[in-house]
Amino acid sequence: MRFEKKDKTGFGRIPLRGRPGTCQLRVRDLGVTLESDTILQGINFDLNCREIVALIGPNGAGKSSLFRSILGQIPYSGTIKFELAGGYPSRPKIGYVPQSPSFDRDYPISVLDFFAAAIGRWPVFLPVPKSLRTRVEECLSRVHGEALIDKRIGTLSGGELQRVLMALALEPIPQILILDEPLSGVDVGGEHLLMEMLDEIRQTYDLSIFFSTHDFNTLQQYADKVILLQHSILKVGTPSEVLRSPEFQSVFHLNLGMEGGDN
Amino acid sequence: MEFWYWLVSWLPFEWAAPDSMLFMKHALLAILVVTPLFGLLSTMVVESRMAFFSDALGHSAFTGMAIGAICGLADPVGGAVVFAIVIAFLFTLVRQKTRMASDTAISVFSSAAVALGIFISTMGGQSFTKFNSLLIGDILSVSPAEIGLLAIILILVVVLWVTSFNQMMLSSVHQALADSRGIKVVWKNFLFTAAIAAVVTITMSWVGLLVINSLLVLPAAAARNLSRNLHQYHLISVLGGLVCGIGGLMVSYYLGASTGASITVLLALWFFLSLLFKGKH
Repeated sequence: MRFEKKDKTGFGRIPLRGRPGTCQLRVRDLGVTLESDTILQGINFDLNCREIVALIGPNGAGKSSLFRSILGQIPYSGTIKFELAGGYPSRPKIGYVPQSPSFDRDYPISVLDFFAAAIGRWPVFLPVPKSLRTRVEECLSRVHGEALIDKRIGTLSGGELQRVLMALALEPIPQILILDEPLSGVDVGGEHLLMEMLDEIRQTYDLSIFFSTHDFNTLQQYADKVILLQHSILKVGTPSEVLRSPEFQSVFHLNLGMEGGDN
Repeated sequence: MEFWYWLVSWLPFEWAAPDSMLFMKHALLAILVVTPLFGLLSTMVVESRMAFFSDALGHSAFTGMAIGAICGLADPVGGAVVFAIVIAFLFTLVRQKTRMASDTAISVFSSAAVALGIFISTMGGQSFTKFNSLLIGDILSVSPAEIGLLAIILILVVVLWVTSFNQMMLSSVHQALADSRGIKVVWKNFLFTAAIAAVVTITMSWVGLLVINSLLVLPAAAARNLSRNLHQYHLISVLGGLVCGIGGLMVSYYLGASTGASITVLLALWFFLSLLFKGKH
């Protein structure tokens, strides 16, 4: 199902697979300044329910700052509003999957410990009770990760760790799921698994997904909308619109005529 | 204490006989209190990569002793505990501001603290020898009052662990995730650091400044090699500390060596043993 929507940001008409009107995050004239450096300015975009939006841009373009201002972790100018169906303003529940450090392989912390510590009050240095274990299993099943529960967190592969962190961000079920570089450190097979899973999640839980990536191969297949960011928004559109745009080519120093592949 | 003396008298050792060798009975009780305490604290010290940091805290405890002594306090330990907690507070602030346990910053603190301690204690041509016992440790110096104080700290640390372990652990292993879930641990980290400072200061005079940090690092370092989850990790760390602590006391009694050093040697052996078993689980 595709909706046509007149975008107020002045980037023209954007075809959307999302459902504007059910819920929407509106970012207007957002700016972030850190220690007199302008990180972001004049950012305008909407994030609709059930939409998967990819944020791309070179390192240092302000992708993480944009996420952190939506999360309310850093001060910003401009407005970020969230509206429920019918235009009722509300505070969105946001699930966040941070860019992940690589864990020390020797950390004696199991997935169960890590998960239980984040969602519950039970002190996890004591044996985890059965009921809490069952709850963690249920959460992990949302990302098909039940089998990971007793593994040590440091021995997980990149894709497995992302799934665990995703399961954590889905508890409680958010309205917006933000993922910072979920595909970094994930192998090719794992990338498709993760993106399929995101696609499944947004349909099951009726939420919008906003993620940053350097992997342009997956965009065509999985993203509804792509935002090209370099301190301000250079281009918004469908994956092919953005990947073929001169803005994209100049930001990533690609030769004209080359299809938006790897950089 | 009478109850403890009675309890110990059932043990089949010559020093356990009624009305003799009270210092040994005090020492045993002290070890029973302090090794679980070190075992608990060490899990977090190792997980947060604070081994070097806790070493620096130990040095500042020495400075506290020296300042306490120069101020003419009858019991310099009290003054030292206060001083070490103040330093712990400053450390926590610096750690929070810089967001990392930079080894250079810690080294600066550590050497400044120890230099200040030596400076104060030798000022005006004083002899340093009266502080020698602090370096090596002297088991005779354990007093029931100190054991009581350690028991209180043990209870406080257990309470801190039960109420805040989850949050402290999350923010030490994954800061960004902890931030996103609104976890703030500045005060809890301070309480944790203050507990280390107090424990190190109180036990320094009988364990010895030179080896005290090993008690904060080795139990968890060994447990880490053998455990797959946090429960096993804590259990092995506390039990390993306890067994090596009691064993070290026995060794030092029968061979006449320093207790702190004996415990540390056993812990080090335990650590190397654990390395052999690493990866076999």
